Amino acid sequence: MIPDRVIGLSGTALDQLMPMHIWVGPAGLINRIGPTLSRIAGKDLRGQSLFDIVDLQRPKAARTLEALLSLQGARLTLCLRSRPDLPFRGIVVGLPAGVGGLIQLSLGLSFAKAVADCGLTLKDFSPCDQTVDLLYLREANAAIARESRSLTGRLQRAKQAAEEQALTDTLTGLANRRAMDSALRVLTDAPVPRFGLMHLDLDFFKEVNDSMGHAAGDHVLTHVANILRSEIREGDIVARVGGDEFVLLFRDCDDPDLLDAIGARLISRLEEPTIFDGQQCRISASAGSVLASRYDRPDPDRMLNDADVALYASKNRGRAQHTLYSEDLLAPLRPN
Amino acid sequence: MHGLVNRALQGFLTDTYGKEIWDEVLSQVGLPGGGFESMLHYEDRVTGDVILAAADVLHKDRCTLLEDLGTYLLSHPNQEGLRRLMRFGGDTFFDFLQSLDDLSGRARLALPDLDMPDLTILHDSHNRFVLSVRWCLPGAGSVFLGALRAMADDYGALAFFEAEEGEDGDERVVIDLVDQSFASGRSFSLGGRPA
Repeated sequence: MIPDRVIGLSGTALDQLMPMHIWVGPAGLINRIGPTLSRIAGKDLRGQSLFDIVDLQRPKAARTLEALLSLQGARLTLCLRSRPDLPFRGIVVGLPAGVGGLIQLSLGLSFAKAVADCGLTLKDFSPCDQTVDLLYLREANAAIARESRSLTGRLQRAKQAAEEQALTDTLTGLANRRAMDSALRVLTDAPVPRFGLMHLDLDFFKEVNDSMGHAAGDHVLTHVANILRSEIREGDIVARVGGDEFVLLFRDCDDPDLLDAIGARLISRLEEPTIFDGQQCRISASAGSVLASRYDRPDPDRMLNDADVALYASKNRGRAQHTLYSEDLLAPLRPN
Repeated sequence: MHGLVNRALQGFLTDTYGKEIWDEVLSQVGLPGGGFESMLHYEDRVTGDVILAAADVLHKDRCTLLEDLGTYLLSHPNQEGLRRLMRFGGDTFFDFLQSLDDLSGRARLALPDLDMPDLTILHDSHNRFVLSVRWCLPGAGSVFLGALRAMADDYGALAFFEAEEGEDGDERVVIDLVDQSFASGRSFSLGGRPA
């Protein structure tokens, strides 16, 4: 076996190899300290007692050189008493012939704070020390995270804008409230407005939803949408304006009997049961309509409101029917 | 191509020549307004097309344009982050040149999918270095020529640079380092910008 030969190093060589070392003499006084550690301490620590300067936190406290050297080779956590906010990682070895011990430190996870607080430079690190690579990664990652955050922010705003501009109900593919509002405005703004507006509300939909679940509810809504779509002419509009509420706009229509017939046909088709997951879903619908031709100057809000009055008249009369708006419907609402 | 590369091109053209020029380049290439997202990937062809269109719009030859791009990346205030990352390479311009071997590795450490060129730095003689650059698009040598000029200024070093065509299709930059401490250079603090 080759004997463990002792090597001698100059202080300068020691500084270059281990810029964060502490050489402790047999009496526990600091003989030499690496230049980087000196810079972090901010003053000359030579001649001072190691245990006045350094606080060994893990694996256990030590107040004598002997106790410290018994930890040779272990991973130490320690800090300068003047900088408890900068915990170091370290290792200690005994020097031959009882001349003391040598401690080597590294910045551990407090590297970024140490470098910023103590104004360390590239020269303060040995080429073998990966602290500079860590600093590099930290800055690069921060920049990348900033870019990702800004991309996420932009995408979120774009999504919001797209949703605000969307004209389609995502579940049924029908027009949504916004699309209906804008189509209604175009129709009422025409020189001679001639169209019918129907407000249709599903009956017993809540029961299907509650007893058979949301998937069944969605199935019914899609089914309803398909029926409504198939029953209107090209150029007419059917919109889903609420959970189970629909508005239909019929162009070139000023025939109350025709509107009534359409309403009745829609309701009877919606009453045909549909199958979901082997089970029958039964619903019906109530509807109320109004014609633009009955107003001198039709107003979208007024027409929607009147169709609503007609719809609730249908509901009050026992549901599953269609009602055309007339002033008489308001009578029961008036106080006596 | 990584969006960061395209985004760098976009930054260079808008910061140097203005938004109108950038919009003209975009419309020549047939890209939608706004431009690139730094965290998305694009086809390599698009990057090549943007360079070509920019050279055309600005009436500059491709090499000059790419050299200016390299200088911009390491000297414009909007790219301060990149300059800082490069300064991690060494305390002096001499050390920095030696560290170019590590540059691509470091960049991939942070962004594994970044399209970094393969770089080899050769310490040719006492003051002479040869950087060899190999990339998926032609012209990376010119970018590095401009970038190294900017870094020499940053370190306060006096050096001469020359582009050369390599033997196996790689692009080379020959660097003659005359004086390491010719001027004071720009300040750099490892721990970050003083607030």
